[in-house]
Amino acid sequence: MILFELVPFEFLRVVWWLLLGVLLIAFALTDGFDMGTGALLPFVARTDTERRVVINTIGPVWEGNQVWFILGGGAIFAAWPPLYAVSFSGFYLAMFLILVALILRPVGFKYRSKRDDPAWRNFWDWALFVGGALPALLFGVAVGNVLLGVPFHLTPDLMPIYEGGLFGKLFGLLRPFALLCGIVSLSMLIMHGAGWLVLKTTGEIQSRARAFGQTAALIVLAGYALAGLWLAFGISGYAFVTEPPHDGPSNPLLSEVTRSGSWLAAYALRPWIIIAPVMGFVGTFMARRALSTGGEVSPLLWSKMAIFGMISSVGLVMFPFILPSSTEPNSSLTVWDASSSHLTLFVMLVVGLIFLPIIMAYTAWVYRVLWGKVTPEDVEDPERHAY
Amino acid sequence: MEFGVVELSRLQFAATAMFHFLFVPLTLGLSVIVAIMETVYVMTDRPIWRQMTKFWGTLFGINFAIGVATGVTMEFQFGMNWAYYSHYVGDIFGAPLAIEGLMAFFLEATFVGLWFFGWEKLSKRQHLVVGWLVALGSNFSALWILIANGWMQFPVGAEFNPISMRMEMLNFFDVVFNPVAQAKFVHTVSAGYVTASVFVLGVSAWYLLRGRHVDLARRSIAVASAFGLASALSVVVLGDESGYSAGVNQKMKMAAIEAMWETEPAPASFTVFGWPDQQARETKWAIHVPYVMGIIGTRSLTQEIPGIYELEREAEARVRNGIIAYDLLMQMQDQRGTGVDPALVAQFREHGDDLGHALLLKRYLDDPRQATEAQIQQAAMDTVPTVWPIFWAFRIMAGLGFCFIATMAYFFWRASFRRMSFPRWSLRLGVIMIPAPWIAAEMGWIVAEYGRQPWTVAEVLPTALSVSHLSVAEVALTLCGFFLLYSALFVVEMGLMFKYIRKGPHEDVEYTRAWVERHEALLTAGAEVRK
Repeated sequence: MILFELVPFEFLRVVWWLLLGVLLIAFALTDGFDMGTGALLPFVARTDTERRVVINTIGPVWEGNQVWFILGGGAIFAAWPPLYAVSFSGFYLAMFLILVALILRPVGFKYRSKRDDPAWRNFWDWALFVGGALPALLFGVAVGNVLLGVPFHLTPDLMPIYEGGLFGKLFGLLRPFALLCGIVSLSMLIMHGAGWLVLKTTGEIQSRARAFGQTAALIVLAGYALAGLWLAFGISGYAFVTEPPHDGPSNPLLSEVTRSGSWLAAYALRPWIIIAPVMGFVGTFMARRALSTGGEVSPLLWSKMAIFGMISSVGLVMFPFILPSSTEPNSSLTVWDASSSHLTLFVMLVVGLIFLPIIMAYTAWVYRVLWGKVTPEDVEDPERHAY
Repeated sequence: MEFGVVELSRLQFAATAMFHFLFVPLTLGLSVIVAIMETVYVMTDRPIWRQMTKFWGTLFGINFAIGVATGVTMEFQFGMNWAYYSHYVGDIFGAPLAIEGLMAFFLEATFVGLWFFGWEKLSKRQHLVVGWLVALGSNFSALWILIANGWMQFPVGAEFNPISMRMEMLNFFDVVFNPVAQAKFVHTVSAGYVTASVFVLGVSAWYLLRGRHVDLARRSIAVASAFGLASALSVVVLGDESGYSAGVNQKMKMAAIEAMWETEPAPASFTVFGWPDQQARETKWAIHVPYVMGIIGTRSLTQEIPGIYELEREAEARVRNGIIAYDLLMQMQDQRGTGVDPALVAQFREHGDDLGHALLLKRYLDDPRQATEAQIQQAAMDTVPTVWPIFWAFRIMAGLGFCFIATMAYFFWRASFRRMSFPRWSLRLGVIMIPAPWIAAEMGWIVAEYGRQPWTVAEVLPTALSVSHLSVAEVALTLCGFFLLYSALFVVEMGLMFKYIRKGPHEDVEYTRAWVERHEALLTAGAEVRK
């Protein structure tokens, strides 16, 4: 086990920071359209057959897509244990709400069409709406809070303590800027879901999806621009006073951090990262155009680019910060002091390099097999649908 | 018992884990049984086997959905409720969890959708491969979660790092090839196979009692009893293997299973029945079978198995040694900014193994160095878990294990050598047996996890120290939330299961023949389009 020392600790930390981004983006790109489709379900589909068409577009793939979220949780645990400990216990009730939403989803998919009672089906349709819309909103709120800094500190034994009372913690998350981020992420995933429905459906459902998608794209453009201005003029960033060694042991308390300047100062430091927000704006703009001009595949592709750009832009302006503390900045978690050990990062990288390509290959194969529209006739035929 | 954050968090974890574990064993076993049935269909082309595949597949799907849903909670609960645990051992424990996602969850989740939606889009053989990949994924998932769990029982391949204040991995292969983890994996997976076999057998027996779907039910019993017999034997034999590794690596758990207060001369006897009295520290009305325990626990006739008293005395010495380690750790913490004296590190290495025992004192006071004599005694006493639940859970589990062997052997014999004629009493017994494997599985969970107390990671990190900094109200709120949500899910799931079992397979032979023709026409048309 000397092999791992050939790969520098500092390099592994940066790679795992990148992989964290890759996992979050993969989750947003895949499960994102499931959540967007769920959020659109009661509105783009009015009759029972229409709703079953919509549900059956994501029916065969949502399960695999959701694993990106679960893997995200597992990877944070394995590669960034302090982040896993601080964020999930700190956002306790919000996490609980996300779990409830995500539990309702699989059950809703499976059970909705197993009984004929309209009240039963209607109940699960709204459960699927909540299961799609609520996490989409809360993930954005969480990102907004990370940018603002979160009220926690670490004891000398590195026990995370999150300040605030029972509901103070939950409602404390709903700060105006964080809510704006929530609206951006919800609209972003609705736009993405609309792109998916345009690809997978025809007729009425498709044209309704185009209309909703265009409105969502407009909200994304305005909201993302507003959030950028807010970050530039209204929110201060974080910076090291004394930077920890990049290959030192993971103890966030060993560095000194202060709130100063702006997150957007990163654009002056690393001008090339401007490409991320540009992708965000261009992707959203083009997705909207493609939705209105009748593209079948292009709206989904452009919205993928938009999501990639917007999520990357958050990570890139914050680097090397991962989770800053607003009440005791010295406790802030960064790439250099909140990772797993050298060996664990190396082992996990090897495992990831073996399995991620395999996963992508068979996922691509499954999507290829399932290529094509879902029509009302399919839903009538018990051999061609399952939900 | 006072309900603080620790107790409520434990209750929530136990409730959600045990609820999740109602669905996991059936998923593990049914995925394999359905794949076996589909294999027979592809090899023989007989429509009945496709009907069986589709019927049991539907029940598998209903069960799978809720298993996945409740599994999501498990992945995130460590961080939510056990933040200090997550920080303290995430460097080791997180890795198998992430690998589980990469290797297992993706495989089963990606292909399970295709299995249900892909009947017309895939050739017969492709569809079969997809089914086996789902089964493989489910079983891989059991492997990695039990490697993670095995490390909590027997933490190998890791060392405490005084600067980052946590356990860090020293050798990945030691963690993967942990003997406790390997024994637990085979034992648990076999238990899942038994669960599914008893389920398939019981439901089929019910059909036979009613004279419904006779062809399907008989063949299903043939598959389930053969698969179930092999698995039931493997559960007991490999359960014995986990008994052996518990004897070697988890002496306190072994002593609690046996309610053995005093060290007995080798080879120790096995207590078949008795009432463990924690207060008086004796087992009342005990009935012993000589030699058996010594052989299970040590695989020898000469080695002693230590009793609870002796282990408690050892623990007391370790608490005292742990206090020295804690003192050294605090000295190192003071030097953290400036660079730690290497002599101090060397000294810490000598006592560091017992640091966990000093942390037991944190329940009673902030600084273990100030502990009184009474508190040290109390900490040593805390290393003894409450004996009776472990004692009885083990006996119920093991007893049921032997019942499964007998039932499966009987049905296998009737299916193979008596032309699949089953007397009515045996069919009734098959129906009654349905809940038994679930009881056995939950009892097994209690032995393994309740028996690990007072530690989350054996002799490394006490449970009381592992929790998140939350308020009682927060945990109580989510506990109620989970209770309501899971109860509702349970009602819905049971309702659907009963509905689809009552409904029976929806195809008859004519339907299947027609479908096969349509499918072949579709495939040829597809092939021509591609040309």
